[in-house]
Amino acid sequence: MAKYLMLKHYRGAPEAVNDVPMDQWHPDEVDAHMEYMSDFAKRLEATGEFVDGQALSPTGMWVRSDGPNRPPLTDGPFAETKDLIAGWMVIDVDSEERAIELAGELSAAPGAGGEPIHEWLEVRPFLTGPETVTG
Amino acid sequence: MDDDVDEELLRELTPVVISVLCRRGADFASAEDAVQEAVLKALSGWHDDPPRDPKGWLITTAWYAFVDHTRSETARRAREERSEAEPPSGPTEDADDTLQLYALCAHSSLTPSSAVALTLRAVGGLTTKQIADAYLVPEATMAQRISRAKRTVSDVDFTAAGDVGELGTVMHTLYLVFNEGYSGDIDLAAEAIRLARQLSSMVDEPEVGGLLALMLLHHARRPARLGADGRLIPLADQDRELWDSSSIAEGVGILRSALARDRLGPYQAQAAIAALHADAPTVDDTDWVQIVEWYDELMAFGDNPVVRLNRAVAVGEADGAAVGLAELAHVDRSIPRWTAVAAHLRERNGELETAAELYAQAALEAPNLLERDHQTRQAARVNHLLRRSANR
Repeated sequence: MAKYLMLKHYRGAPEAVNDVPMDQWHPDEVDAHMEYMSDFAKRLEATGEFVDGQALSPTGMWVRSDGPNRPPLTDGPFAETKDLIAGWMVIDVDSEERAIELAGELSAAPGAGGEPIHEWLEVRPFLTGPETVTG
Repeated sequence: MDDDVDEELLRELTPVVISVLCRRGADFASAEDAVQEAVLKALSGWHDDPPRDPKGWLITTAWYAFVDHTRSETARRAREERSEAEPPSGPTEDADDTLQLYALCAHSSLTPSSAVALTLRAVGGLTTKQIADAYLVPEATMAQRISRAKRTVSDVDFTAAGDVGELGTVMHTLYLVFNEGYSGDIDLAAEAIRLARQLSSMVDEPEVGGLLALMLLHHARRPARLGADGRLIPLADQDRELWDSSSIAEGVGILRSALARDRLGPYQAQAAIAALHADAPTVDDTDWVQIVEWYDELMAFGDNPVVRLNRAVAVGEADGAAVGLAELAHVDRSIPRWTAVAAHLRERNGELETAAELYAQAALEAPNLLERDHQTRQAARVNHLLRRSANR
């Protein structure tokens, strides 16, 4: 089994095929989308592949140390950031093919006009601990 | 699930048994550990072999656990002194002791999250794993939080803790537990109600009644708060038939006797507002004028932007959206849900285009997923109305 992170972006991903802001959708389309997302997570729980899923607020900031005895520097909320993560799902699957298959299904969530959004999701394998049998 | 183990009884007995151990000379941190160990044994062992006297069993088991630990940690002589000093076991139930335990676990030297964790374990009798699950953190993290909290209060004189006027922090701690709602197996809201009920039986303070009433009145609405698909249903749209009428009746009764004492406080004022909502058979029957008056009472206990924000909503209903918007202009814009309230009032005022933009903005600012989805739906709904009227 291998863990993969599926990342959804507010900004920074290539443009989705069906790229309409959700507040412009028909109310029924919003409902259909939310139902699809909730069913997707439930289905992965049922197959034993779901690990974690979280959504992030779009507001946040950059922080770095400014040296001893000084308060950390902050910058933001991210007005200028090109890349902004909206949320993630961690899955534990048998293969990269399966990870790609699931990301494809998630990307096909219905959007405006009842058509799939076809948004780009970032899929990243976890670096894991060393294996016991090293050959 | 240990269906046969009376977990509720275990939780009720936990603070009692901790108090007994402390009276026998154990320090709070060790007593608490020993009782947790006994509770875990009970959870796994009572299933097959339930004791006839659960309290006696817990006291004995916890005491042995305490002695075992002491034995391994201290010199033989110190142990002998302790066992010689052991007083005869007296009456085991003592409301004062439990009250001191409440105060110790909510001690002002603790951070709110530590006070919550310690209260749930030592007063609430929950296991570390149950608390960790309820707050969605790893069990090891919660265990560390609890042991740090115990170290923090280790210098507090246990017998004096009840006297230091810490009732306010105790009530605030229970309020925080209640507000966390529920996820996982443990219903934190129900647990907070149980503890508030226990607290109100021990102290003669109308604000404790106010807190319990506030919890009961909000808890009563829970069956109506979420739709079948899990979506948030705002108060105005809830099916009031689903509200728990016995919980409302109990909350109103408790509030009445608290108010009759004529020592108003912020929990009683908030409960009064909740009671006025509960009292209205439909949203149109809501007595908004009285609700605004109660918000004024609430403001008298401290000017607070969250109260001002809620007051602006009530004013919008009592005196019209335009007056509500004028009130809103005086509320700090940076507080959570300001934009959501602005969107609502603009819509009520007929400014649909502004409302749609504000709802979309409120979705971006929402503090949780349920509210974000709700505000997104509001934005989509108003935009849909606008498109329909444009096409006519």
